Amino acid sequence: MESRAPGSTRREARAWGFLLPALVWTLAFFAAPLAIMVLYSLWQRSGVKLVQDFTTANYEKFFAKSYFIDSLVNSIEVSVIVTFISILLAYPLAYILAEKVPPRWQRIALLFAILPFWTSYVVRSYSWLLVLSEGGILSNFLLDLGLTAEPVSFANNRGATVVGFVHFFVMLLTLTIFANLVQLPKSYRKAAADLGAGPIRSFIYVILPLTLPGIMVGAFLTFVLCIGDYITPQILGGYRELLLPQTLMLQISRRADFPMASALAIVLMLVVSLVYLACARWLKLERL
Amino acid sequence: MAARPPRLLRHLPAMIYAALVYGFIFLPVAVLVLFSFQGSRIPIPPFNGPSLKWYAAVFSDSRMMDALTNSILVALASSLVSVVLGFLAAYALARQRVPMAGLIQGFLTAPLTVSYLIIAMGLLITFNAVGMPKSLLTIGIGHVVINLPLCFAIVYSQMGDHQANIERAARDLGAAEWQVLLLVTVPILWPALFASFFLSVTFSWDEFIIAFMVSRFEVTLPVEIWSMLRSGLNPKTNAVGSFVFLISIATVLVLDLIVFRRRKT
Amino acid sequence: MSTGGMTTGGMTKEGMSAAAVELDRVTKRFDETLALDAITLAIEEGSFVVLLGPSGSGKTTLLNILGGFLEPTNGRVLIKGADVTNVAPAKRPTTTVFQDYALFPHMTIAGNVGFGLAMQGVAKPERRLRVETALEMVGLAHTSARKVHQLSGGQKQRIALARALVVEPAVLLLDEPLGALDLKLRCQMQEELKAIQKRVGTTFVHVTHDQDEAMAIADTIVVMNEGRIEDLGAPERIYLRPRTRFAAGFMGDSNFIAGRVAEAAGGRVTVDTALGRFAVEGAAEVGQAVALSIRPEHVQAVEARGAARPLGIARVLESGFFGTHHQCTAKLDEAEQPFKVRLPQKESIAPGADLALFVDPADMVLLTG
Repeated sequence: MESRAPGSTRREARAWGFLLPALVWTLAFFAAPLAIMVLYSLWQRSGVKLVQDFTTANYEKFFAKSYFIDSLVNSIEVSVIVTFISILLAYPLAYILAEKVPPRWQRIALLFAILPFWTSYVVRSYSWLLVLSEGGILSNFLLDLGLTAEPVSFANNRGATVVGFVHFFVMLLTLTIFANLVQLPKSYRKAAADLGAGPIRSFIYVILPLTLPGIMVGAFLTFVLCIGDYITPQILGGYRELLLPQTLMLQISRRADFPMASALAIVLMLVVSLVYLACARWLKLERL
Repeated sequence: MAARPPRLLRHLPAMIYAALVYGFIFLPVAVLVLFSFQGSRIPIPPFNGPSLKWYAAVFSDSRMMDALTNSILVALASSLVSVVLGFLAAYALARQRVPMAGLIQGFLTAPLTVSYLIIAMGLLITFNAVGMPKSLLTIGIGHVVINLPLCFAIVYSQMGDHQANIERAARDLGAAEWQVLLLVTVPILWPALFASFFLSVTFSWDEFIIAFMVSRFEVTLPVEIWSMLRSGLNPKTNAVGSFVFLISIATVLVLDLIVFRRRKT
Repeated sequence: MSTGGMTTGGMTKEGMSAAAVELDRVTKRFDETLALDAITLAIEEGSFVVLLGPSGSGKTTLLNILGGFLEPTNGRVLIKGADVTNVAPAKRPTTTVFQDYALFPHMTIAGNVGFGLAMQGVAKPERRLRVETALEMVGLAHTSARKVHQLSGGQKQRIALARALVVEPAVLLLDEPLGALDLKLRCQMQEELKAIQKRVGTTFVHVTHDQDEAMAIADTIVVMNEGRIEDLGAPERIYLRPRTRFAAGFMGDSNFIAGRVAEAAGGRVTVDTALGRFAVEGAAEVGQAVALSIRPEHVQAVEARGAARPLGIARVLESGFFGTHHQCTAKLDEAEQPFKVRLPQKESIAPGADLALFVDPADMVLLTG
C-alpha cells in the first residue's frame, strides 16, 4: 500500500501515457489479428464471398483430409528429428568452445561460427541447393571419387530439408548451450575433480545435469522455430511431401481460402502450445 | 601415480570434431561466394571464372536495387519505432507501480512466443478485412510487432535499482521529469537502446514471411530474392547473397571500429 | 631471510621421513610474474596449518598446487612421501573446501556429501552411513534429503566441509572458506573448524588473509609475502617474536625503531637508536643497520613497570576508543614515526596532551631483515 505522495497521480497518468503506444500497437496489430484469425477459422469461403456463419467445417476438413493431417505429422516428425540431431551436434561443439578454447579466442571462435549466417536466411537455404542438387558440389564430389556414374540429386526431399534446418539450428544451439556452459562456476568442475571424478564422470554427473535446463530451452526454441518455418522446406523439400506451413501458404496463394488458412494457423498454434505445456517445468526460470 | 597425457594428444579428437562442424557450417556459404564469381550461367561445378558479371547484373537490376533501398528504409524506420515504444513502456513499467503490471508485461512480450508465419497471416487477414493496401507501411507495421517485445524486454531488464537511484539523485538536484529522461536515463541506457536497435534492424532486414505476405508491388530484398529463386539456380542469386553477406560483415566491422573502439579510449 | 628447509612443529627437514606434506623448492611462474619463489616447506601430520598473507602473496597459488589444480613450474610436491607433482586432483589424496563452497545445486545434500564416495565406488548402504556420520559431525544431522538452495551460508559451509572430510583425505585444503560469512558466524565457524580438526586428526591447510583468524585456529602459521615464506611457527611465537619486518607489520600493529648494532655477544645484541641504547636478544654483526619492533600494547605510558626504560615525553596526536582499550598515536621528538600506544579502557587522553612512554627491552624484537 503506497502512500499518496504529491504528484503521484500525475506520475501514474504519465506512466500510462508512456505505456499506451506500445499497448495499442500490440493490441491492434497482434492481439486483434489473432482474434480475427480465430473468427475466420470458424467461417467459410464460398466463391469470392465470406460466409460468416459459425461452423467448425474447416477443422473437420483438416482432420478428415489426409492432405492436411499428413502435413502436420510431417512437420512434427521433421521438427523432432531436426531438434534431436542439432542438439547432438551442437553440444560437443559448445563444450569444446567453452572448455578447450582459451578465453581470449572464444569470442572469435563464436564469431566464426555465426559468420555464415550473416547471409540472408533465404539465401542460406538456397545455398544448400548448390551443394545438394543434381550437378551440385556433393554430386560432383561423388562423381570425382568414382562412387557414382551419373550426377545425383540429394535435394527436393525430406533429407535436404533436415540438412538445411540442422545447418541453422546447430549454430543457434551452439550459442545457447555455450552461454549456459560458460556461466557455470569453474569451482563446480574443480570440486568434482577434487572428489575423484575424471573428466568423463565429471561431465555426466555434474556438467550435463546442470546444463539440462538450458538444453531444454534450446530444444523448445528449435522445435517451435522449425515447425513454423516456410522458407527451408519450400526451397529444399520438393513437392512430394509438404509440411504444414506449405499447405497453409497454398491455401492463401492458390485458393485465397483465408478461413481454411486461419484454421491451419490455429492448429499450428495449438501444437506449439501443447509442446510448451509439456516442457513447462523446464522453461520456468530454474533456481540454481 | 599416473601422469597426464601430453597436451596436443588430449585435444586432437576435439579439434577434429570442431573442424568437421565448422566445415559443415561454412560449406554452403563458401560455395555461394565462390560461384558468385561464376563465368557461365549456372552456379554449379565446373567453375568458369572468375567473373564479376553477375554482380554487375545485380547492380543494374533496378527492382533489386529498389528492394535493397526498401529493406533499409523499413528496417531503420520500424526499428526506431520499436525502440522508442519499447523504451517508453519499459520505463513506465519499471519506474511506476501500475495495476496489473505483470499482465501488461506478459502481453507486451507475447508476440515473441508466436510464429512469424502466424503473425503474418493475422496481419494479412486484418489488412484485407479493413481494406488497407499492402505496402512498405504494412511491412513496417509487422516488423514493429515482432521487434517491439524484444526492445521492451532488453530495456526493461536493464532498468534496475542502480538506475533508479541515479534518477532520484538527479531529481533531488532539481531536474524536471523530461530532463531526467533525456539527460540521465537515456544516456545510461544507451547500450541497451543501441543493442535493441541493432537487433531489430538485423531481424527486420532479413525478415521474409511477413514481408512476403503483406507486400505487393514494393518489396524488401528477401522477397525480391525469393522471386528470383523461381528461375532456378542462378549465379545472380549467388551474387546478391554474397553482396548481402559482405554488407553485414562490413557493417559489423565499421560498428566495432567506430562505436566500440571509441568507447574504449 | 632464508628460504631453507622449514618445518612446522619445529623439527628439521632431515629428521622427517613421512611428513604429511612436503614442498621441495616449488616455484610457479605465470608469464612474467613469479608467484612462488622456491618454496620449501614440510607440514607435520595432524597439524592445522594456516597460510597467511596479503593478496598476491602466493598463498592461494600454493594451495592450488597442493590440490593439483596448478602444476608448479619447478619443484616437487610430496604427500605422505609420494611424489604427486604431476598427479591430477582426482587422483590425489587431498580434498578442497572452496571459497564459494561449490556445492552441486542439482543434487541433494546426501548426493553432494556422498559424491566423493560414489566416485570411489563405495556401495550405497555404506555410503549412506558415512554421509550421515559426516553430517552429524558438522552439526547437520538428518538433512540428507534437502536441496542445496534451501541452506544458509553457514550451513553450506558445513556441508562443503562434510563433503571434503567424508572421503578421509590425507590433507584437507581450505581456500578462504570463512570469507563470505558475517563476523559472528565467522568466529563460531573458526571454533568449530578447530574442534573438528582435533577430532578427526586430518592435516588441515587453511588459506586466509585475516591474521586474527590465523591466530585463533592455527597450530602453525606460515606467513607469506610476494611468493616467499616470511615467517613460520606457532601463533604466539610469530606474534611476540616475528622474524622479519613484514611479519612484524602484518601480524597486528608494530612500532619500528631504526638503529645500529653497537655490541654483539653471547646471543645478546646492543643497539644504538635515536631513543637510547637497548640490549635485546638476538644475533647480528657489529655496525649492522637493524630495526627494533615493539607492539603498541607493550609500550607503557604514564609510569614504568618492571624493567621498563623511559623513551621520553610524547605528544598525543590522535586517540580512538576500541571498546577494550584506547589506541593513540603519540609523537616523540627524536623518533621519525609516531608511536602507536594502547591505553587502558578507563583512561582516556585528549590529543595535544603529553604522555611519558616507557619500554621494557625484553619486549623488543630485533629485526635484521
